[in-house]
Amino acid sequence: MTKSLMFIGCAIFFMIALYSCRPPAPGAAATVDAASRVYVPPGEHDEFYNIVSGGFNGQISVVGLPSGRTFKIIPVFSVNPENGYGFSEETKPMLNTTHGFIPWDDLHHIAISTTDGVHDARWAFANANNTPRVARLDLTTFNTVEILEIPNSAGNHSSPFITENTEYVVAGTRFSVPFGEEEEDVDVPIETYKENFRGAITFISVDPDDGEMDIAFQIDAPPFNYDLARGGKGISGDWFFFSCYNTEMAHTLLEVNASQHDKDYIMAINWRKAEQYVREGRAETVRAQYAHNKMDKATHMASSEIKEDVLMLDPTEFEDIIYFIPCPKSPHGVDVSHDGKYIVGSGKLAALIPVFSFEKMIEAIENEDFEGDINGLPILNYESVLHGEVERPGLGPLHTEFDGRGNAFTTMFVSSEVVMWDIETLEIIDRAPTYYSVGHLMIPGGCTAEPHGKYLVAYNKITKDRFLPTGPELAHSAQLFDISNGRLELLLDFPTIGEPHYAEAFPAELIKDKQVRFYDINENQHPYVTRGPGQARVERETEDRVRVYMTSIRSHFRPDNIEGIFVGDTVYFHVTNLEQEWDLPHGFAMKGANNAEILIMPGETLTLKWIPDRVGIWPFYCTDFCSALHQEMSGYVRVSPRGADVPLTYSTGGR
Amino acid sequence: MKKIGLTSRILILVAAVAIISAYFYPIWEIKLWAPQYPEGIGMQIWIDRLTGDLASINKMNFYIGMAEIDEAMFPEFDYLKYIIGFIMAVGIVAGIAGRRILMNIFFGLLVLLGIGAMVDMYLWGYDYGHNLDPTAAIKIPGQSYQPPLIGYEQLLNFLAYSGPDTAGWIMGGSALLVFVAILLEYGVFRRLFKRKKP
Repeated sequence: MTKSLMFIGCAIFFMIALYSCRPPAPGAAATVDAASRVYVPPGEHDEFYNIVSGGFNGQISVVGLPSGRTFKIIPVFSVNPENGYGFSEETKPMLNTTHGFIPWDDLHHIAISTTDGVHDARWAFANANNTPRVARLDLTTFNTVEILEIPNSAGNHSSPFITENTEYVVAGTRFSVPFGEEEEDVDVPIETYKENFRGAITFISVDPDDGEMDIAFQIDAPPFNYDLARGGKGISGDWFFFSCYNTEMAHTLLEVNASQHDKDYIMAINWRKAEQYVREGRAETVRAQYAHNKMDKATHMASSEIKEDVLMLDPTEFEDIIYFIPCPKSPHGVDVSHDGKYIVGSGKLAALIPVFSFEKMIEAIENEDFEGDINGLPILNYESVLHGEVERPGLGPLHTEFDGRGNAFTTMFVSSEVVMWDIETLEIIDRAPTYYSVGHLMIPGGCTAEPHGKYLVAYNKITKDRFLPTGPELAHSAQLFDISNGRLELLLDFPTIGEPHYAEAFPAELIKDKQVRFYDINENQHPYVTRGPGQARVERETEDRVRVYMTSIRSHFRPDNIEGIFVGDTVYFHVTNLEQEWDLPHGFAMKGANNAEILIMPGETLTLKWIPDRVGIWPFYCTDFCSALHQEMSGYVRVSPRGADVPLTYSTGGR
Repeated sequence: MKKIGLTSRILILVAAVAIISAYFYPIWEIKLWAPQYPEGIGMQIWIDRLTGDLASINKMNFYIGMAEIDEAMFPEFDYLKYIIGFIMAVGIVAGIAGRRILMNIFFGLLVLLGIGAMVDMYLWGYDYGHNLDPTAAIKIPGQSYQPPLIGYEQLLNFLAYSGPDTAGWIMGGSALLVFVAILLEYGVFRRLFKRKKP
């Protein structure tokens, strides 16, 4: 009896002793005065705009820093019933592609326009990863104003990174695919990957005045997976760098077959040279269809045009466009330091971070210091281009940003941390845990020639217990660090919208005072605008098509009583918001419409299409609580059987 | 006929010429603030027109049944420019001719203009504030919405302000200059500051 008691006692003691041997988990505590450092008093504004990709929601979030508050969700590649984007007749063409209308995409990366490598914040660019497209947003209205489809590409992941003066936006394919003008070029066995698949790298020109995009040329690169990209800056400004994985050129079970090489590559492209050869007419015009969708400022209407060909550059015909830098192992991010001197490859399966020197790269090219070639494209000697390696940084390096003071910050997906290191000495200075498994990170201006090295945001892939739990699906978490004191100090945890990948941030002063408050009704060139209540009317255009020229102003629609509509008519409500004041949108929703609402900004015209499916009286109303008489802002449409003896009439207040 | 001194003539001329500002700057301003309008909405009264956030003000006034403010309704805008032009001409003549009687007439006209304008504004304000549409959405028994003649007043959720704008201040200054000239001419300053013998 005593023996067995003693045995149990010993066992318990042993268990407790073993448990207390567990090393402590990294501290989750924020800095003591963190709250006051992220506090923006009521009525005051955040210091930075943070433009955040929404990943699988196809949208962009506009967040303030340091507060972490979300101000707006901008629909880009996904429909948005909230304001009618993709539902109104005006915005449907924005989502047109060569496959027809696509209501969704996966938006990964943001690029904010720069001049001399510094944010000018005129436009934001974003990529669609699934059906390759690049979008441009106007940062005076925070609207998507242009979407360009990318032909010959699949998985538009290394996009939309830009050159330092926003001359070009790039779009590299993550999935190489066969392409060509004939069906037999593309209808090939998958196992002929190495022979038939190609990796298109697209350079999109940006008009310096109005931002309009156009495909300038494509480079027919080897069939690797082009994961991420960065433009050079300053001394490296003529170059673009792409990380490549699957240089094994596997086409099945990539998790094994594309992880065999100890080193893959960073592909360096001299885009100035490529541009010059294109200008000299040395690119081939090839047939390739793609949609180009534009929102017209004057008419508030989008149009979609299908274009037919692109200029294709075969890099193997030239000696000085493409060079490969060996990079361990399956590099994900490739990032260029603010002074343009260093290129950091984040080999996600590597146990170190290689840092390459641009000057050494140029020297190696001049000395033809090559260790091989790919289809005649030179592979530079790793040791000759290497500035040095960051030893034991952590596990799973993904992305690097810079503070402009000589420090680099790299995210570690597997070891779930951000690591701060010195670019020159390659010494690790600090590290901080993230909650959990950080993907991208962002320092305001951290990818530009002029970083604002005050804050760092880590965008995490796993959330688990960070917030009040909401069932199986959780918000993705982000963490704000203060980096101004030469170390990583955790200030704030905040939830985000969608799945943020890359984001950028810039000082609010850049665009705060340039915001459009409303559209001038006198400049509204919409073909179905109603410029004043006197012009409100209903017209039967054809036997079964009716156009309602409707106005909305506090607090009525004109007309608000409509009769003489028949079952099966196509009714277009062209609603013009006559308000000329800031923050006075009106909504419009129609009972039974197989459609969303429209949310019309002051001075704008939007169109809701409705096909009444049955006889009756159908109300419509304003969905935005616009005024004290908002609940009164409604009307009725009488729908009669086709051919009924009901004349088309319309009125408001009996007139 | 009594002649006046050079200083007074210069004062009168400056006062008269300054009145020309009425043709280039608004004379009076009305401003309104509400919780929803932290930046305020305003209306400027010029010699012959109204400017500012008229549409916004009318939209607010609609709730309480105030008549729509429309510059076509004010006959003052047709003749005010002639009245002010006439007064300015009298001032210039007074300054050049240097007659005391003309100076007095000029001052009298300025004072009359000021009083007339205030009375006119009061009557319009009374009419707008009391003559409300019986079908108005918001009706508060006993509440009128007459804007303040000058200064601040709280009207429901709005804080209203009424006061001179640029040209109004300048014309007030003109009247003051002429008043100083009158004091000079009637020896008020001399008597006031006469040095006392020790």
